[in-house]
Amino acid sequence: MTNTAPHHESSGSDWNSKFVSPNVGQIVLSNRLFYSCMMVIGGTYVLLILSMLLADAWYVVEKTAVVASESAEPWNAIVYENPISVALADHRIRYSVWLSLVSCTLSAVLSVIVAVPIGYLLSRHNFPGKRLLDAVLDIPIVLPPLVVGLSLLILFQFKPFAFLARDVVYQIPAVVLAQFSVACAFAVRMMKSTFDHINPRCEQVAIALGSSRSQAFGWVVLPEATPGIMTAFTLAWARSLGEFGPLLIFAGATRMKTEVLSTTVFLEMNVGNIEGAVAVSMIMVGAAVTVLIITRLYGTREVVI
Amino acid sequence: MIHLENICISTGNFRLTNVSLAIPSGACGVLMGRTGSGKTTILECILGLRPVTSGSIRIGETDVTLFNPAVRGIGYVPQDVALFSRMTVRDHLAFALEIRRAAKKQIAERVEELSSLLGITHLLNRRPAGLSGGEAQRVALGRALSFRPHVLCLDEPLSALDSDTREEMCELLENVRRQTHVTTLHVTHNLNEAERLADCLFRIEDGKVVSIGTPADSRAMN
Repeated sequence: MTNTAPHHESSGSDWNSKFVSPNVGQIVLSNRLFYSCMMVIGGTYVLLILSMLLADAWYVVEKTAVVASESAEPWNAIVYENPISVALADHRIRYSVWLSLVSCTLSAVLSVIVAVPIGYLLSRHNFPGKRLLDAVLDIPIVLPPLVVGLSLLILFQFKPFAFLARDVVYQIPAVVLAQFSVACAFAVRMMKSTFDHINPRCEQVAIALGSSRSQAFGWVVLPEATPGIMTAFTLAWARSLGEFGPLLIFAGATRMKTEVLSTTVFLEMNVGNIEGAVAVSMIMVGAAVTVLIITRLYGTREVVI
Repeated sequence: MIHLENICISTGNFRLTNVSLAIPSGACGVLMGRTGSGKTTILECILGLRPVTSGSIRIGETDVTLFNPAVRGIGYVPQDVALFSRMTVRDHLAFALEIRRAAKKQIAERVEELSSLLGITHLLNRRPAGLSGGEAQRVALGRALSFRPHVLCLDEPLSALDSDTREEMCELLENVRRQTHVTTLHVTHNLNEAERLADCLFRIEDGKVVSIGTPADSRAMN
């Protein structure tokens, strides 16, 4: 015993003396460098987003300033003659704002109505062809927008859709249908992830305690899914607002008929009215930011798309 | 009251063969086994949430093997309690009766009765988010008992609680059983809990269920 103790001690001191210390300064420096790299790379993108919006806003402010300086009543000019007010005074643009609001809301409602059952089935049940269905539901997301529009147009050449073609193609229903066909895919993704996050045990308990499937769904699952439904709705709404490619082909860009805000931007740009285009863009930015705020306040925390 | 005869279950690479157990009316059967041994699976089969490959399940005199879970009349407390986050405690206690479209007065009386039995009268207007583990267990137990089920299935009801709360819940469970005489199937991996609460003990070993009689028998065996 007496022999082993010093042996331990000596080996211990040997152990300690041969300890290889890392270079503290180097680690601190490397850590700083690591985070700086991450921040620079990430920051560039955030900066791009913000400066894009800022540039739009600045452009509008600049134009307003010019109008105000040339006018006899500058305050009046700022309120009534800034590019946004001018754009909104145009009855064609007012029509496109109105049509956008109506069509986006309609397509968002339809998207949620369709997305809830699909999301639920995908999340809760295993059935043959599930993976295929999952892939099919991604098609509108990955397909080039113009192709979606063209495919819709071609679809309405065939019976039984052809019977409806006169009332749909290049008419207002086409606007809603074109928006819906893309927006719904996003709503489905959102609803699936919402149902994935709801504990399936809750439903099982409800069923064991005597509810039918539909009662368990209506009483237990749906209330828990409300934030997700809100998010899916706003997401679909925002997608619909930004929809352009399919609309151009399937609904056309006829003023006072199938013109929505994104079409307006395109049309104003085409006639060289950049001021009007930017003003309408700012209206859309406002709508998008509102949607984003609503989603963050009332929707689910994690948006998966 | 509960009779399982030669139940076989296979899901994926998991298999239970010839599970047979019987719990007399009003008794508390405790099913023991290691984590992953299939305790919850057996419970799910009794509840009807999972189909059995063969065998029969009887509750009372009725063969419920092919019955829809909703008509089996079993109260269920899952391991993670799974309270409904959007409902108040009162809604939980009323849930099973509301589903059955019971009269408002009857529901109110039952909620009153249950909440005082379980000691959760002061929580009635709260939502699950603010409840402690023990309180959540009581609410889940109340939700399961509200429609006076033939059988009560408890899946590890005490495993997530600290030792003081566990002791409290043990007493509560004994008290509930004294007052309601409900036939209980209690699943656990804790031997002390099993010996304390059980009238009859079962153990899962190698995918089979072995009856080891009363807690006294099990002590004699050891």
